[in-house]
Amino acid sequence: MGYNPQKPMEGRISDLGPPYYENFFPPVIKANKGKWLWHEITQPGVLMHKSETGDEVYSVRVGCPRLVSVEYIREVCTIADKHCDGFLRFTTRNNIEFMVDSRAKVQPLLDTLASYGNKYPVGGTGAGVTNIVHTQGWVHCHTPATDASGVVKAVMDELFDYFTSMTLPAQVRIALACCLNMCGAVHASDIAILGIHRKPPMIDNKRISGVCELPLAIASCPLGAVKPAKAIVDGVEIKSVKVTVERCMFCGNCYTMCPAMPLADPEGDGIAILVGGKVSNRISAPKFSKLVIPFLPNTTPRWPETVSAVKKILVAYAADAKKYERIGEWAERIGWEKFFEKCDIPFTEKSIDDYRLAYDTWRTTVQFKFTSHIK
Amino acid sequence: MAKRETPLLDQLESGPWPSFVTDIKRQAETKPECWDILGILELSYKERITHWKHGGIVGVFGYGGGIVGRYADVPELFPGVEHFHTIRVAQPASKYYTSANLRQLMALWEKYGSGMTNFHGSTGDIILLGTRTENLEPFFWDLTHDMGQDLGGSGSNLRTPANCIGESRCEWACYDTEEACHSMTIKYQDEIHRPAFPYKFKFKFSGCPNDCVASIARSDISVIGTWRDAIRIDQAAVKEYVAGNYPANGGAHSGKDWGKFDITKEVINLCPTDCMWMEGAELKIDDKECTRCMHCINVMPRALRPGLDKGASLCVGAKAPILDGAQFATLIIPFVKMSKDNDFEELVDFIEKVWDWWMEVGKNRERVGETMQRVGLPTFLSVMGVTPIPQHVKEPRSNPYIFWREEEVEGGFTRDIDEFRAKHKA
Repeated sequence: MGYNPQKPMEGRISDLGPPYYENFFPPVIKANKGKWLWHEITQPGVLMHKSETGDEVYSVRVGCPRLVSVEYIREVCTIADKHCDGFLRFTTRNNIEFMVDSRAKVQPLLDTLASYGNKYPVGGTGAGVTNIVHTQGWVHCHTPATDASGVVKAVMDELFDYFTSMTLPAQVRIALACCLNMCGAVHASDIAILGIHRKPPMIDNKRISGVCELPLAIASCPLGAVKPAKAIVDGVEIKSVKVTVERCMFCGNCYTMCPAMPLADPEGDGIAILVGGKVSNRISAPKFSKLVIPFLPNTTPRWPETVSAVKKILVAYAADAKKYERIGEWAERIGWEKFFEKCDIPFTEKSIDDYRLAYDTWRTTVQFKFTSHIK
Repeated sequence: MAKRETPLLDQLESGPWPSFVTDIKRQAETKPECWDILGILELSYKERITHWKHGGIVGVFGYGGGIVGRYADVPELFPGVEHFHTIRVAQPASKYYTSANLRQLMALWEKYGSGMTNFHGSTGDIILLGTRTENLEPFFWDLTHDMGQDLGGSGSNLRTPANCIGESRCEWACYDTEEACHSMTIKYQDEIHRPAFPYKFKFKFSGCPNDCVASIARSDISVIGTWRDAIRIDQAAVKEYVAGNYPANGGAHSGKDWGKFDITKEVINLCPTDCMWMEGAELKIDDKECTRCMHCINVMPRALRPGLDKGASLCVGAKAPILDGAQFATLIIPFVKMSKDNDFEELVDFIEKVWDWWMEVGKNRERVGETMQRVGLPTFLSVMGVTPIPQHVKEPRSNPYIFWREEEVEGGFTRDIDEFRAKHKA
């Protein structure tokens, strides 16, 4: 008994939602939810949480490439079965956490992880570099300006020692999005690696009538660079669009709306580096990442220019920032002009904003006071 | 499918970070279509451009979201990835799993899909990467019938909500993020699966202002835990920190010698509101001045804890830069109680008020944050029935261009030009 294509609606079940989370809690988590008192990172990659009941849970954090196979997940399950009664979890930054309920169980777990060679690196805690959150890139997406998994692998190879240690002034969150759509939402990261296009879209007049609603394509351009136009296809005049090239900022939104306007290009596409963003409200309000390197080429397979740019920023920050200072706070304290100097990054006009919208008088933080205005 | 030569990708097998290339190769031993994943990716590495076609509308009956259609633009070269649709499976809150559950899901994916996955997608779902159209319904049948699980969201609908780890393993959570996230996800299944919105809509639930799920940067409604009474202080533990017996920041800085812990330098002087001081060996906090940034609590987790009168702040309108630039979510409701006992009533009322308005006035592909910008924050507050307070802005406006309404001005807007001219010659 399974799906019957003759009667597709018969017996159909829908709208179940996700499984109830508590069914997946390890016993020590279930018993102590809401009772945790404090935590401590006992060594890089190992967190200990102490409960008011006296219970402890040790979480061993492991870096994961995110793009993983069925066999990989099965192997992870085998480790969880062996050491964690079959429980595990994933973090918001694509790390895996194996949890055990006593200190004595930590080392055997670490030994097992180490027995797989470099497959399950332990780290990603505290004042270090944790896993890079990233998008799909060339392995699956139709709009990327760069790959994702390959760039991440190359960068993490170089920054590996920062993943397994806690020597930085504060945590450094690196994120990669392979185009300006930013399904990875990298815009508030300490270091953002962003795929960008630099050539305006081509117009595929042979296809545009069949695949594109012209008004939507025209309306999709935030700068009004896409305009109605006529074109001749096989001797017949058709309705199409044209692009005012001087107005194009290469966001790719037209291509999202209209498949007949592709803009990816081997020479045009590459990577921009943005720095100094954060989401935490700690000390200073959340910040956007700022564009400091406008373009680096897609040098496959290991993106050496991008790897070295990220490393350079990290090393300068590690040497100069004060304890607890995030990259953005450091840059603001020393001044951005100093940031460019200390990181040895040439400043160009490309880092000067000539786009729009300063809605910056709205409060984008949860820092506020309970004055009489709040009823 | 034949084994593919991948000289470029092979160079991503060395180095200390785990290699996705090695992993895909191993999977190819039992799922030979994985060679075509490597093959098409190798081609992209060679030509430095993607080889996936734009679009392709596929799905399961009755749902408008949860599946992302994808086709190779060189199917003749790589038939194993001719169709390469993504399935989004809704993740459990906080992403805890049992191995039994994951093994069952992996067995399904081995049967119906490419054998490759993402744990997890950016929004939070489990991503099953690459299957053919004819496998979608059978997979969905087995997912719902055999596993009792379901798809997440995609398209112009409510995207699968996500939360930080919350009370299940964090001492700072100011409400039960897991229960809030799960409840809202279950309550709004229709909105997740059947696109009826102008554009995508995201909820993210963070338990405290550290915001580990990045809700303020990327969710249309961001729910961030906070408290409105006093930070709880254990003065004995403060002394232990001062004496250097407890590691600062939970040991987060232990890899480098930063010198002896200095509470003045590391806590009191870094407080953004300057509301802390020492009286002898006692740490004092003027809680009325505190903006709950979490720094002191982060540095001294054994001595300081959030207060007891807990709830959440509701912020609206975050998004990535496409199109008008990135936005953080704007603080709208400073404090609500978050309780399962009343089914998160205040939050639900708020969500539905936002939706009612946005579905009415939002333009196609306009995130709610953009709609707010278009109409202005005062208008948004007014439709939400929220009284404007200073907490809504970082600072008052610096231009005088106020949209006065006629009823606010004595005598209204209608005047007689002849009467005016009788007194004021042109």
